[in-house]
Amino acid sequence: MKFSPSRLWAIVVKEFVQMRRDRLTLGMMAGIPVLQLLLFGYAINANPKHLPTAVLMADNGPQGRTLLYALENSSYFDFVRRVKTEPEGRRLLARGDVQFVVNIPENFTRDFLRGDRPAILVEADATDPVATVNALAALNAAVNGALKNDLKGPLAFLSGTAPPVELQIHALYNPEDITAYNIVPGLMGTILTMTMIAITGLAITRERESGTMENLLSMPTRPLEVMIGKIVPYILVGYMQMALILLTARLLFRVPMAGSIALLMAVTFVFIVANLAMGITFSTLATTQRQAMQMSMFFFLPNILLSGFMFPFRGMPVWAQDIGEFLPLTHFLRIIRGILLKGNGFTDVVRELWQIALFAIVAIALSVKSFRRTLD
Amino acid sequence: MPDGLAIDVHGMTKRFDGLTAVNRVDLQVRTGDICGFLGPNGSGKTTFIRMLCGLLRPDGGSGTCLGHDVMTGSEAIKGLVGYMTQRFSFWDDLTIHENLDFVARMYSIGNRRRVVRESIERLGLEGQGNKLAGELSGGWKQRLALAACMIHDPKLLLLDEPTAGVDPKARREFWEEIHRLAEQGLTFLIATHYMDEAERCHRLAFILNGKLLSQGTVAEVIEQAHLTTWSVSGPDLTGLAGKLRVRPGVEQAVAFGNTLHISGDDADALLGAIAPFRAAPYEWRGIDSSLEDVFIHFMGGRAGRQMEGPRMDGPSS
Ligand SMILES: Nc1ncnc2c1ncn2[C@@H]1O[C@H](COP(=O)(O)OP(=O)(O)O)[C@@H](O)[C@H]1O
Ligand SMILES: [Mg+2]
Repeated sequence: MKFSPSRLWAIVVKEFVQMRRDRLTLGMMAGIPVLQLLLFGYAINANPKHLPTAVLMADNGPQGRTLLYALENSSYFDFVRRVKTEPEGRRLLARGDVQFVVNIPENFTRDFLRGDRPAILVEADATDPVATVNALAALNAAVNGALKNDLKGPLAFLSGTAPPVELQIHALYNPEDITAYNIVPGLMGTILTMTMIAITGLAITRERESGTMENLLSMPTRPLEVMIGKIVPYILVGYMQMALILLTARLLFRVPMAGSIALLMAVTFVFIVANLAMGITFSTLATTQRQAMQMSMFFFLPNILLSGFMFPFRGMPVWAQDIGEFLPLTHFLRIIRGILLKGNGFTDVVRELWQIALFAIVAIALSVKSFRRTLD
Repeated sequence: MPDGLAIDVHGMTKRFDGLTAVNRVDLQVRTGDICGFLGPNGSGKTTFIRMLCGLLRPDGGSGTCLGHDVMTGSEAIKGLVGYMTQRFSFWDDLTIHENLDFVARMYSIGNRRRVVRESIERLGLEGQGNKLAGELSGGWKQRLALAACMIHDPKLLLLDEPTAGVDPKARREFWEEIHRLAEQGLTFLIATHYMDEAERCHRLAFILNGKLLSQGTVAEVIEQAHLTTWSVSGPDLTGLAGKLRVRPGVEQAVAFGNTLHISGDDADALLGAIAPFRAAPYEWRGIDSSLEDVFIHFMGGRAGRQMEGPRMDGPSS
């Protein structure tokens, strides 16, 4: 029996009608990406100010006060507590009462006037780096700006090359720092992976559990027809999601789109197919819908952790990078960040694209191979 | 099918880890016959039918189905066979029309639209084609299923308990349709529990615990059981039944209206068993065993004792 395009089309039509009729799932397919993007995006894009700060002031001179005044003026820091000792400051940080402890050491004014470049120590609770990253950037500017005014007259010699004070920042608990522009494109790939795998993960097991598989198998058909027929309608869903995500990213988060959106859309096709094929492979391997869901979850985990979505890819140990290189999401993240943020063109993305394509082909072959044509 | 046999298989065997669900079953069904496939739940009817249409790989056996080898020709067989599953297996979330249309496309039927429209008309569902299959009642689901598995004009229909849960009127209409189709040359293998349905078949095959116990016409199957049956009437038949059941030689003592039917496969022993009661007020009469008597006889304790039925090679009586 040869591969028949008309039988393939029969399955496409059937799946499409069933998909259209399943309003709940379809609604979720549209709702999940927007919701996730809003939740993630706003948490990230928020530029929190007036962060509670404790001060350890061991210096009595005017420069110390100037400094504090400048920090408060930057509107990122609210001095809510005065502490006497360093451990006291640490405790406040640990309890989450303050986000920062600014430590101006003894003899700060004296050392400053001598040109000894005294150190200011800022300890930050960086559990959520997004919360501190902007404040820390502002800190640097505020410190230098404030003291510059004092470097006149006899102190003019200090305004040379090196900054007049040494700013020591200790980011505690989480030294990572993730930016919003990095994560929103990353989310596009992650959301597509999650929804595409979940939806086709059920495609075959649902037929098995409802008993319709017996009917389908009693008709003359080839596994490849069934696989492709079940994938095609969801490519549309994938594009619907992509469009929603891009729109949200652009309108709400002002994610820059430096490269060609048409190119991105074209490349996404391969990525969507790869994930749908992976899902359908799970579906053929599993015997129940529950098993298929568990497999999808199991696959989703390394995608989140090792693709460069959560942690910078280059920061991972080599073995983790090796695993990451197998995942379509890893390559897609490079592609989408490349296109949106760096304005990459086709020749730049091909390097990553063929690896996604290879994954898709292997996944489809695997699903066809493991598709059981009988009930035993 | 040069010999006029739509189904001609020998030694069909299927094992599910340890359990032999179908054990060396030989079955022959002539073209145009309605063959009733009898047996209690779990006796292997569904498994056997699934092997015929290539849904299960047999562990042993040989033969042909519509002239194609059952072991290697399942793709060809699928195109010629209509299989109605025991459980409704069409798509609940597709409409009647969409279900039929899907099946028609899968079998690559020419002038599909007309075939589907005619099928809906024959179903008596004009104007209701847009109803979801999942919303139909049991009887209508069964009719839809039959219509769908006939849309590609199959030569052999394998129907697995097609009338389970269908009301008597719908069942009668269903059987009239089956006979009409058989007259046009279609062959049927129909799994069923119902005695009245069994009696409407040209031939019967009785399977128990995976083994074929008997096959032939209704009369032949009854004959092969070598069952003797007596009918008795009189007072307190329930009490009498209790007394008779414990006597050797009595297999069944079953109430039928105002009479009691006593059966056993050893005529002499049975005669001895009833002898003490063959006096007034009881009235005794030897009768022909019914198919139901035979059915219960096969099920009760005779399990596994193979009864060699006459082979139906070529046209016989
Ligand atoms: N897929 C299967 N796996 C394991 N055992 C099975 C399977 N299908 C059927 N059986 C067993 O095989 C026996 C015959 O079942 P079946 O063919 O469904 O009987 P019937 O249709 O006559 O009720 C039963 O004991 C059943 O439990
Ligand atoms: Mg059954």
